[in-house]
Amino acid sequence: MGRVSRAAWIYIAAVVVAAASVVAPRLSGPPMGTGWWLSLGVLMLLFLICDSVPTPLAERQSAWSPSSSATLAAVVLLGPVGAALVGAVSVLGLRRKLQLAERVFNGGMSAVSGFAAGQTFVGLGGRIGLPRPDDFPPIIWPFAAAAAAHVIVNLGLMWGVLQLTRSDGPRRIQMESSVPLLLASDLGYAALGLVIAALWTVMGPFAAALVLVPLFVARWAMGQFAEQRRAYGATMEALCQAVETKDYYTRGHSERVSRGSGMIARQIGMHADRTEAIMFAGMLHDVGKLGVPTKVLQKTGPLTEEEFAAIQLHPLRGLEIVREIGFLNEALAGIMHHHEKIDGTGYPMGFAGDEIPEFARVIAVADAFDSMTSTRSYREARRMSEAIEELRRGAGSQFDPVMVEAFIAALHREGWRLPERAAAPADRQTVTAQDHDDPTAPLRVIESL
Amino acid sequence: MAIRQADDRLPAWQAMDSGRLLLLAAVGMMVVAAIAHTTAARVTQPQTAIAFGSVIAIGELLRLRQQGGREAAPIATAAALAYALLLRVGQLPSHPVPHIAALQVITVTAVGMTVGALPHMAAGRPAGLTGMATRLVAVACVAFAFRPIAGTEIISGAGHWWIAFIVMTVLVVIGWLAEAMIASLIRADDLGARFSVALWDEMRIQLPLGAAVGVSAMMITFAAEVMGLTGLAVFMGPLLVTQVAFRRYAGISATYLQTVRALARVTEVGGYVESGHSRRVSRLAVAVGRELGLAEADLLDLEYAALMHDIGQLALPDPIPGGATVLVSAEDQRRIAELGAEVISKAGVLDRVAELVRCQSWPSRGHDPEPPVGSRIIRAANAFDDLVGGSTDRDRAATALERLRLDTASEYDPGVIEALSEVAGKRLASRLE
Repeated sequence: MGRVSRAAWIYIAAVVVAAASVVAPRLSGPPMGTGWWLSLGVLMLLFLICDSVPTPLAERQSAWSPSSSATLAAVVLLGPVGAALVGAVSVLGLRRKLQLAERVFNGGMSAVSGFAAGQTFVGLGGRIGLPRPDDFPPIIWPFAAAAAAHVIVNLGLMWGVLQLTRSDGPRRIQMESSVPLLLASDLGYAALGLVIAALWTVMGPFAAALVLVPLFVARWAMGQFAEQRRAYGATMEALCQAVETKDYYTRGHSERVSRGSGMIARQIGMHADRTEAIMFAGMLHDVGKLGVPTKVLQKTGPLTEEEFAAIQLHPLRGLEIVREIGFLNEALAGIMHHHEKIDGTGYPMGFAGDEIPEFARVIAVADAFDSMTSTRSYREARRMSEAIEELRRGAGSQFDPVMVEAFIAALHREGWRLPERAAAPADRQTVTAQDHDDPTAPLRVIESL
Repeated sequence: MAIRQADDRLPAWQAMDSGRLLLLAAVGMMVVAAIAHTTAARVTQPQTAIAFGSVIAIGELLRLRQQGGREAAPIATAAALAYALLLRVGQLPSHPVPHIAALQVITVTAVGMTVGALPHMAAGRPAGLTGMATRLVAVACVAFAFRPIAGTEIISGAGHWWIAFIVMTVLVVIGWLAEAMIASLIRADDLGARFSVALWDEMRIQLPLGAAVGVSAMMITFAAEVMGLTGLAVFMGPLLVTQVAFRRYAGISATYLQTVRALARVTEVGGYVESGHSRRVSRLAVAVGRELGLAEADLLDLEYAALMHDIGQLALPDPIPGGATVLVSAEDQRRIAELGAEVISKAGVLDRVAELVRCQSWPSRGHDPEPPVGSRIIRAANAFDDLVGGSTDRDRAATALERLRLDTASEYDPGVIEALSEVAGKRLASRLE
């Protein structure tokens, strides 16, 4: 959450006041029994444990915790006030790095959504207390409604605070892409709340301890997934960098093309999975260049036809390398066709217009833009405005106009980190003389007689 | 894994070894006996049987592939174990526990599994008989031990649920151990690994999922007393979430390995090494590591390191002729290894792999500090492949081994070379068949 604005504080205060106003009047009513307080304590502990070890999801800003199962168990066992109180312990969350505002908001949000779930449950005829065999199956319906109410109120309040604390667009889009997964796991674990309540009838508070085992295993697997994914991305990046060491001026190119392709993909509203795939494709688009002999890359004069053919074949060599990765086929097509032009004069296949796969049309734009805004041995880096101008000029002949406009819009919104200005390289062996990606300096080929 | 892939190309029956056949025959006989018994006697609580059978079938349909190609069906196993441990369904503790025979549990599980496997077969995927049989053994262990005592006062009496809980826990652990034993016996046989190593790997990898499955089974059992069969349906929710988490984990691990395998080939495409070199070295290194009894986690590091052992060559302006690192000077070898390790350690997550790559250029004996065993294996496997290449010529392999043996005083680890000749011998033998 960065700095908290005044509007956000007012919002948070409103949520907390709402939470307090629903809980306070009932606590001043007739006192609850010791059993009620004991159960409340155990469920609060369960909530705290669940809440303190959230699993980071793919997108860094959202974390997932199975604490809804504790709240929903409280709905059945203790009723709306109990559920609100269980949710309120979120304030004490043992997670470090939480700001005061976040803690207070989390407590208020969980209390309000717990209370809403409890009211829904009671309103639809759910009986509060230890479930009995004759409660089933009718109890399912009020419970399912309570789970739905819990999720909706939770996400609604969360959405509100995100609106107030974030202004930049792209992150919001990412956030939305993880919502279906969040919803599904939240509802899945909400179901566990009913199981906890039923187990309570048989084994009392031990039910809460038992439920922690599958919860932690699931969390462990999710954590492993996140870790593997991070490792995967980092490894791929390191290997692509290794490929680039061969060519001094294109260092960082893969990473930037990957980023640019991702920006376009998000701008045109591509699904999160495809966005991820296109970023990998952007990262890997030039690995085939290794198959081009160094002397061809370093040649300053016009290329012979054979040499030009070696360059034209590099997307195919790249495809040869990455074909075995269990990738979306689309990513492979993106790598293979990223040098096709809309007017059909590109390579390797000479596809035109819609024949060119969408991924390739995206990568082509990011690729050319990064090439133009980087320093080359035969010219300085161009300014971004010039490069944009050049993309616009090529729209319709070389580039897909839709992708060009999407890229320009994304550039305005997200900005672009230019490559560091390359100093003169220390060793001449790693310098390429011509850049096949540069639309402003096409490769010169000796016409055969 | 390499060997299993080779097996997959053979018709199912020829690929089947004696261990598998024995398991399938034993389980098959048990299932036939169970079905005969259950049809002769009457099915107790047919509704419950159908409900559990359906969940088992769904679980079998949603099988999961874990690391190293292990197969699991967590939802099916949890449901089957819960059925084996079942006390009352939607009744107060004053009611007697229904008499469900162990053989009925086996029948329901076997039928459910088979129904769940049918769509796999229809889609042309392997039926997974071995996996199903292994899981069925675990369920049978629990069922045979628990069903006879399920109705006794001490287990199912009111007010002491914890006795039942402890007994159940012990039985589930025994069932899990039986499953791990059988799975690792088969695996050790398949891959030529040591049984003790295979068992340890199996237990380590299956522990998280096994714990979740076992506890889930007990929760279903106890919840069923209050919730009845509704509990089973409700429990599908959290089980599915767990399953999704594991599936994603397994999926990304597989993609990761594929990617490293694929990208390691950039050195080949760039003309730095002979075609297929990285992959051959990695297969050989993993086989040697297995022969030496390395654990699976170490084998994975070894595989990555072997795949990428030449990645440092990318930093060379021009390829070494033929790409044979065994023929270049010690100084160059060291530089390539250092550069490679630098590339890999940039990833920030593969430090052990980077270390293996870095130490591959050290002489295996008399170097201080001593290079790790993985590096010694890569050094030997790389030298062997540089000398032999993709050739299957027996004499050429023998000559190469002889040459490496002569160098065991300093260059190569004698133990590694012995394991290498063992592996090379087995390969030639299997090719001749």
